Amino acid sequence: MNEFVSLAVTQADALKSGLGSVGYGLAAIGPGIGIGYLVGQSVQAMARQPEMAGNVRTTMFLGIAFAEALALIGFVLKFI
Amino acid sequence: MVPVLADLLPNVNELFEFRGIFGQHEWYEFNKTAAMAFISTILCVILFYFGSRKRAMVPSGLQNAAEMGYETVEQQIAVEVMGPENGRQWSPFLATLFFWIFFINIWSTVPFVYFPATSRISIPIYLALQTWVIFIFVGFKHQGLGYFRNVVPSGVPKALLILVIPIEIISKYFIRPFSLAVRLFANMAAGHVLLAVFCIMTSELVIEHTSGIWQIPLGILPFFALVAMTAFEFLVAVLQAYIFTILTAVYVNESLHAEH
Repeated sequence: MNEFVSLAVTQADALKSGLGSVGYGLAAIGPGIGIGYLVGQSVQAMARQPEMAGNVRTTMFLGIAFAEALALIGFVLKFI
Repeated sequence: MVPVLADLLPNVNELFEFRGIFGQHEWYEFNKTAAMAFISTILCVILFYFGSRKRAMVPSGLQNAAEMGYETVEQQIAVEVMGPENGRQWSPFLATLFFWIFFINIWSTVPFVYFPATSRISIPIYLALQTWVIFIFVGFKHQGLGYFRNVVPSGVPKALLILVIPIEIISKYFIRPFSLAVRLFANMAAGHVLLAVFCIMTSELVIEHTSGIWQIPLGILPFFALVAMTAFEFLVAVLQAYIFTILTAVYVNESLHAEH
């Protein structure tokens, strides 16, 4: 009986860790799409108006930081 | 199908935890992480002390490198984000931050070291808390108690404020330092693991080839991947230092001017 319980606990731990990875994968979808769209639009803006490139780049990094935060939270949830 | 890679790879912690050089398991334990941080600091000091000691009109050697690096940070990050006046004032701090993170990150691609100290969470957490303290302090210094008003965004209907203010507080004062720290840590740790995986695959196929001699040609693939990933890690090291510095500049700049 005890062996069975310890086996179940090990299995549950493994499942939890695996689910954490799946959760991170799911959490990465949204920011991935968001960052791709954001950078694409920024490149378009820089190509259309090269004199604004510096300004656009700064705003782009700020936007990436916001979008990426969601993926990072998912990444941390894998560990806790 | 035998899970080959799972058998080959050691526990992932072995890539990050090192025996103390002295003081094992004591509070003053000094291991590879600490050594890398200290060496990076010394490199930073050497670059800027010896780079600015003899200020020649026509710079050469180390002075050239120091001036070029400093000017890049000043022009591309500080002045770009904060404007000419505040940018010049803040660029010493931002340049120090940039070069320290850069020197620590770059160890991920240096042969025989191959370990970025920023892949241990304590160093990014320290850097993020430093940025956090600085931007809050600067906010109170420049805006006084009016800094509290920043959590109320303008142009939001009154009924929505009850929803918006908590979101604003959480995103400004909790998510910001958290994401700064985790972004740096996650990028460097993931890169370190990636390089280790390709190293182990190459070594297993070329040097060990336990299943037979025919494994050696297969080792070419992970070897080229390793070379490409090393170049990519170099890019990541510079990019993460740049992103950390530019975000610090953006946050400090936001605290310098009251929102309207």
